[in-house]
Amino acid sequence: MISYMETAKLELDINGERRNLIVRPADTLLRVLREQLGLMGAKASCENGDCGACTVLIDGMPFKSCIILAVEVVNHKIVTIEGLKETPIQKAFVEKRGFQCGYCTSGFIMNCHSLVTNHPDADDKTIEEWLQSNICRCTSYEEIEEAVKSVLQKKDLNNYK
Amino acid sequence: MIAFDFEYYKPNSLSEAVNIYKKLSLINKQPLYYSGGTEIITMARDNGIITGAVIDIKGIPECNVFELNNNKLVIGASVTLTQVSESKLFPLISETSRFPADHTARNKISVIGNICGNIIYKEAVLGYLVAESGVIIYGEKGKRVLPINQAFNKKLQLEKGEFLAQLIVDMSYSQLPYVCVKKTKQGKGGYPLISMAALKKNNYIQMAFSGVCGFPFRSKSMETDMNNKSIPREKRIQQAISHLPAPILGDIQGSAEYRKFVLSNILKDILVILDGEGR
Repeated sequence: MISYMETAKLELDINGERRNLIVRPADTLLRVLREQLGLMGAKASCENGDCGACTVLIDGMPFKSCIILAVEVVNHKIVTIEGLKETPIQKAFVEKRGFQCGYCTSGFIMNCHSLVTNHPDADDKTIEEWLQSNICRCTSYEEIEEAVKSVLQKKDLNNYK
Repeated sequence: MIAFDFEYYKPNSLSEAVNIYKKLSLINKQPLYYSGGTEIITMARDNGIITGAVIDIKGIPECNVFELNNNKLVIGASVTLTQVSESKLFPLISETSRFPADHTARNKISVIGNICGNIIYKEAVLGYLVAESGVIIYGEKGKRVLPINQAFNKKLQLEKGEFLAQLIVDMSYSQLPYVCVKKTKQGKGGYPLISMAALKKNNYIQMAFSGVCGFPFRSKSMETDMNNKSIPREKRIQQAISHLPAPILGDIQGSAEYRKFVLSNILKDILVILDGEGR
């Protein structure tokens, strides 16, 4: 049985690097990414699992890092926005102007990147279901949907999975 | 952030989980079983829950099962809402698994965590109530196997130290005609105004609701009313509503009066879709 008392000594796989950390068992992944690793791309916003600003990928699927304990992600591959480099969805967000203030953008991009890589043939219903996970207070929803659809139409994913 | 500390345990077996729960209880750690953990984290963040230890059951093989076995669908405690919703094995259960939260959150929320949580809606339970599933509960005294309609009364009736390890669904129910509806105040996600699952078995409509009262329920007396074909449709609906198990909920999602109106329309829809009765 794995057990951690006051602290947990962990090795996490983040953006392809092995990172050694000492955390409290009660630390969320979001707090560890931002406060221990300096990875500020995952944004702290509602910290209640509602807004999606803190979304990261775990084994290729989107997760809200505010509702995951860091101790839960040992032996999983974590990717933050800092780990994405010139992916089709990032280019599409720029081309389609899928943001205004930008606070929600990294969370949206992580979710959308997972959507287009895992469901290259996603239909409108699937796109809608996935995009409901993130909130943009500047209401860039139309442009974000356009960005996703432009990538799906091109299907130029270059093995970014 | 969570402002207090707790210990983290990840047992490898059902007995190890039960034993560590007992041990931690004795030293007043007030342990909590942890699967998806989303509700524990969000409530702990504002001190809505205080615990000295969480017991993560994701390391227990029985809790990770999601398979067909002798024409029964077995769903372990750590199976997520997304896993079930994306499965095509049992459409009714898949649809009701899409009711809580949003897609990304459902990647983390476990089916059983939603059913056993503090949240009043517990929408994932609706499909299991109408499909008359079984539950396997583990605790200090061993294993209990019960029909969910016996074990779930407003919430899952667990004794101290027990946890729900598996849900068992008879696949014969997957072939039955069904209808699922989620009505929200606005948009498609979020908390429900009313969520409902219904199916028709042996020419008898079975239905379960969330959001109508302060807890999810399946009401035998409402079903008796709805299936009483000796009286006109409007009267059946009226009688069913008069037999709700508790006062209709009135909150920010909708007033009690409005919920009653929506419920009445949903009951009409159930009769139209499952009984073929025209409007």
